[in-house]
Amino acid sequence: MSAEPVAGASSAAPATALLSLRGANKSFGAVHVLHDVDLDVYPGEVTALVGDNGAGKSTLIKAVAGISAFDSGKIIYEGQQVVVHDPKQASSLGIEVVYQDLALCDNLDVVHNMYLGREQKKGIVLDEGAMEVRARETLSGLSVRTLKSVRQMVASLSGGQRQTVAIARAVLWNSKLVILDEPTAALGVAQTEQVLNLVRRLADKGLGVVLISHNMNDVFQVADRIACLYLGRMAAQVRRDEVTHAQVVELITAGRSGSMGLGGTPGDTDSMAPITSQELA
Amino acid sequence: MTTETSAPAPAPAAPEEHDVSGDLRGAWTEYWDRVRGGDVGALPAVLGLVALVIVFSVMRSSTFLTTFNFADLINQSAAVIVIAMGLVFVLLLGEIDLSVGYAAGTSASILAVTLTLHHWPWPLTLLASLVVGAVIGIVIGLLVARLRIPSFVVTLAFFLGLQGVQLLVIGDGGTIVIGDRTLLAIMNDNLSVTVGWALFVVVVAAFGWLTYRRIATRRKAGLPAQAVIVWGAKLVALALVLGVTTFMLNQERSRNPTISSIKGIPVVVPVVLVLLVGLSFLLARTALGRHIYAVGGNAEAARRAGIDVAGVRIFCFVLCSTLAAVAGVLIASRDNSVSPSTGGSLTTLSAVAAAVIGGTSLFGGRGQVRDAVLGGLVLAVINNALPLITQTGGITFIVTALVLLFAASVDAISRRRAASSGRV
Repeated sequence: MSAEPVAGASSAAPATALLSLRGANKSFGAVHVLHDVDLDVYPGEVTALVGDNGAGKSTLIKAVAGISAFDSGKIIYEGQQVVVHDPKQASSLGIEVVYQDLALCDNLDVVHNMYLGREQKKGIVLDEGAMEVRARETLSGLSVRTLKSVRQMVASLSGGQRQTVAIARAVLWNSKLVILDEPTAALGVAQTEQVLNLVRRLADKGLGVVLISHNMNDVFQVADRIACLYLGRMAAQVRRDEVTHAQVVELITAGRSGSMGLGGTPGDTDSMAPITSQELA
Repeated sequence: MTTETSAPAPAPAAPEEHDVSGDLRGAWTEYWDRVRGGDVGALPAVLGLVALVIVFSVMRSSTFLTTFNFADLINQSAAVIVIAMGLVFVLLLGEIDLSVGYAAGTSASILAVTLTLHHWPWPLTLLASLVVGAVIGIVIGLLVARLRIPSFVVTLAFFLGLQGVQLLVIGDGGTIVIGDRTLLAIMNDNLSVTVGWALFVVVVAAFGWLTYRRIATRRKAGLPAQAVIVWGAKLVALALVLGVTTFMLNQERSRNPTISSIKGIPVVVPVVLVLLVGLSFLLARTALGRHIYAVGGNAEAARRAGIDVAGVRIFCFVLCSTLAAVAGVLIASRDNSVSPSTGGSLTTLSAVAAAVIGGTSLFGGRGQVRDAVLGGLVLAVINNALPLITQTGGITFIVTALVLLFAASVDAISRRRAASSGRV
């Protein structure tokens, strides 16, 4: 375990970040969920956001998606400071979130779902033809070949296919940043593979991708960078090839690993760290 | 410790479309697959309607099969059909409106009071009753969509409250007579034979042209489209059904043709037809219609997609109550009067039953406007024909109840099948 410590993500930045968070704070009542969190997401890269339950991953994502704003802190997007009030505004900035529970309508078909809320119209009539053509183009652009028909009801799709539709919906809008919340959580082995390939292709197309995951195999398979939240603090943001599985697990469970991670972590974490590293050794 | 990076390259293949059946047999197989998968659509209602008509025709051909009775059946069912059309929208959300009967009654009583007691011109009274319906819908919609009170409770309260409002509006007189010729014409007059056939031609031609244009545009865009022969078969079937109907309605049905001739399509038919086409268009071809299905299918998904869920809900309740007001006008026109019992007794339940029998799901997310027409006709046939067979009124209730239960069972079973075969 001798990976080089990475002090701050910005120091190792190869290009300008697509999205940067600086000093983000969020409290729910007395509970301080996020403490001065910094995060950088680069275009063409998959940034895995890892952390244990309650570490603040969802809160972080919700603020970027415009669902609930930070109490303080800056969101810098494409070099400019932005304020994201609501999901529609996030969409217009090119930020799309694919939620864990997918948010698809079972009683509508694939095309309807991909265009839900943003239907193309000719006058007041839905332009079904144009929507279907573009939906097919988007799916084949992502090399999706698992769907039988784009006019299938979403209810008839498998978990992996549904995830594919949800991701395809996110990229349909020329989005620049796609945030995926545990996209493989409920999938089998083959379907996980399909979805991870899709995630990789999104980044290869130049999009910035944030992948929230609990699964270290997934993270190490597709991520370029790993950002680790620990009890509401950003423990470390490192390149994937600079760390090992065990180090990331330590960062998740203890907030530090060797010289990486949080310095003076508060409370009982100091006593936790050695236990965790022994277990993993 | 796995740190593999390379994702296997995907095989370069475009999404493969399923075979679009090039012939009638293929279309039939595809349709039957859908039915077996739980997407029964209008099939039970159509089969039920045909079966009922055959049974009653055999049992009481002298009375049931008369052209007079045929026209009467349409007039009987019109109001329930219009209310059920509105209910389809509310049911699509997975909600219910139990107040529709008295919304119809209250609107009709406003019509009667302004027309007969205050001598307003009829267009104004019609507008007034529709506005009353819309206002009822807005209040229900706000309570359901904003306060999130279950629609069952809200509309149950309105069921009781509107009954009281109707009593107060009509006053102690009991019954108010409608004397306006134009309003009475809706349910009592018929189109001339020529106009009737013209209407038939227009409807069939419009259906044919619109559906053909759709096939042509899809072909041009390189998308799979319905085979022309399937389109032709559908068109011929529609022309046959409507042609026979028009022909029958255009027969003389007066008992004494020399004194007064009664023939032609009832005026209410084009009224219902316009509502059917207009509302079907709204539901199937506009973004609002799509959003209604989305809210009924997964309200959270709709909200995240940026759809104004509360707005959609309020719209559906307003539409439902406004259509109930239209039905109120139809009832007033048919009865020549409005009384405290207008829209009461079985009106609400018949309308709910009509929508469900027609194939609209009580669970939300599945249904079409035409369901209201089919279900309304099934109910009308039962209510019309059973008294010709047995004078025991109790039998009619029991048969209607059984048909409703059957329809609800079909709904529940098809939903379960749909869940297991992946259709909703």
